[in-house]
Amino acid sequence: MAKKDKDTQEIQFTPSGTSILTNGKIQKSTELPSPTRKKHKSLGLSEEDLVAMFEQMYLQRRFEERAMQMYQKGKFGGFLHLYMGQEAISTGTVFALNDDDDIITAYRDHGWGLVRGVSPKEGMAELYGKVTGCSRGKGGSMHFANVEEHFWGGHGIVGGSIPLGGGIAFANKYKQNGRVTASFMGDGAVDQGVLHETMNMAQNWGLPCIFAIENNGYAMGTAVHRHSVGELVDRAKGYGMKSAVINGMDVFTVYEKMKEIAEDIRENSNPWLLEIRTYRYRGHSMSDPMKYRTKEELKEYEKLDPVERIKQYLLDNDIIDEGKVEEIQDDIEDRVMEAIDFAEESDFPEKSDLYKDVFVEDDYPFHT
Amino acid sequence: MAELQFREAIRAAIDEEMAQDEDIFVMGEEVAEYDGAYKVTEGLLDKYGPKRLIDTPIAELGFSGIGVGAAMNGLRPIIEFMTFNFAVLAADQIINHASKIRYMTGGQVEIPIVFRGPNASAGQLSATHSVAYDAMYAHFPGMKVIYTSEPEDAKGLLKSAIRDPNPVLFMESEQMYGLKGEVSDEEDFTIPIGKAKVKREGSDVTVVAHGKMYHVATQAAKQLEKEGVDIEIIDPRTVKPLDLETIIKSIKKTNRCVIVDEAHPFGGLAAEVGYLIQREAFDYLDAPVQRVTLPDTSAPFAKNLFDEWLPDAADVIEAVNTVTYRK
Repeated sequence: MAKKDKDTQEIQFTPSGTSILTNGKIQKSTELPSPTRKKHKSLGLSEEDLVAMFEQMYLQRRFEERAMQMYQKGKFGGFLHLYMGQEAISTGTVFALNDDDDIITAYRDHGWGLVRGVSPKEGMAELYGKVTGCSRGKGGSMHFANVEEHFWGGHGIVGGSIPLGGGIAFANKYKQNGRVTASFMGDGAVDQGVLHETMNMAQNWGLPCIFAIENNGYAMGTAVHRHSVGELVDRAKGYGMKSAVINGMDVFTVYEKMKEIAEDIRENSNPWLLEIRTYRYRGHSMSDPMKYRTKEELKEYEKLDPVERIKQYLLDNDIIDEGKVEEIQDDIEDRVMEAIDFAEESDFPEKSDLYKDVFVEDDYPFHT
Repeated sequence: MAELQFREAIRAAIDEEMAQDEDIFVMGEEVAEYDGAYKVTEGLLDKYGPKRLIDTPIAELGFSGIGVGAAMNGLRPIIEFMTFNFAVLAADQIINHASKIRYMTGGQVEIPIVFRGPNASAGQLSATHSVAYDAMYAHFPGMKVIYTSEPEDAKGLLKSAIRDPNPVLFMESEQMYGLKGEVSDEEDFTIPIGKAKVKREGSDVTVVAHGKMYHVATQAAKQLEKEGVDIEIIDPRTVKPLDLETIIKSIKKTNRCVIVDEAHPFGGLAAEVGYLIQREAFDYLDAPVQRVTLPDTSAPFAKNLFDEWLPDAADVIEAVNTVTYRK
């Protein structure tokens, strides 16, 4: 019989200590790479583009701030996963890609819907579960979609949309239509086995797909270093896949890299793994008390706010003045409030809609 | 009529549909260069090339998801599982995605995909390779489920499945691939999904049996005929949507029913059909409906235990004797 070691330490599996202070500094769950130094002209962006980017990012922010209020007032139920803090990613990506390039993502999808043609009215109505919503009230917050404009939806199962993105890319290659697919996931999805399966096939088959991780520091309430070993971007090495890690709080950086990657994919038909580091301002969902992170950490990231950053760029470079900024913001506020009115006044789906869109045909003999 | 093996009938269905529609492709383990684990896709790589016959790694979840994504984006995938026992790994993509995305997006997408491969047991392969999954998938809305017993049904229904704009699970059996049968050589022969077939007319007892169990039921019927019991056999062919009308019509004639199902007893097709019969034909029954199923245990390896586990003609005869009060 082996002797029991007196010095036996207590065993711990998952690492802990997200919110500890290290050398007086806040230990962040992700370190942000430097943003691009390029100005808009050298990136090929016009002043109109910049204003449109700001409008889009501010729309995403206000839409969600107001949605959060309505949720807290009990206007609608379900989950509400907010994208606040990550708007530079959706906006930079959509400006970089062609309009017929394909995008699919997970459940933190409001920003993606708005930037790909879901109107604030259709978006808000979907949150309310109204028939005028983008998914006719059948999907809710997690299932915004606008397939006509190549946004294949938010998807609620962590990792579930990853191979769907691969399949959309497969079909594009099959049809040789030159379209690029961006399959977005959160850092939590990186741990799902399906990512390995999909990346392996994507690299072996040369699928024209960007596997883009929005690393916002937390998989639900578990910090990235607690749920995933090593650097997320290094997953690419095992597949010989091209990869990069970039700053996701700066819309120019996202735009620049996405454009470069899309061009490479169109030329060489190969996949990429892109880790985009960002930060989630709100909890995982509305019921999250956020005990797993410090207020100091949140504040530090809020200093890097992507919406403020583009606004400041517009002002610093005399592209628009404070008056114009206010005008834009007021206009967006009006649109969001109109969207709330629209959602409240819209009808719920008819009872018969329960059986609609289960199958393509209208005469399917449902089991009773 | 042409006599074809089951595998040849399936191959003919795939071949005829692929010839007509460039968007159809076959994806799965060993489907291309190996010519198919059970030679179903033999020769198709030579005919259609590597763009449309795609060998995958052993990654059921990943390639099923790629298939669903490709179907959303306009293609018509035929995804082959070496067996539905392995498709359990892909269940997230089949159950959570293929069957639900159209509904969740308010009808913005169509997912015309066929998942096909052998179902249920195939001899002494022990517990994980022997499960019948048709009723499990039939439980979920948004998918059609077919499990045929004969080459002609397989050809006609697979062609319909490939043309269907919805997800369809098409189930076969390792042990039936070599089975020969007459297959209509009518041009563009198809069988509509959701139609049962009265395969043996009889007046005494209705036996409902599909897939491999159809053949067990026919053996029992031959034996019982000698004993003067006239069995009517109905093969549902499609598990979902289920053609209940044909079953009820038969029971109103025979007043007795036995359901033979190669699934476990809890919540299987036998359970469901049994419930439906009492709801729709209660007053017509002269005896409680009996079922023949697997026991509530996994498949054992040992030959004697396996034989005990799998329903056979003697089990069917015993159930028929019960409903006819012969013993």
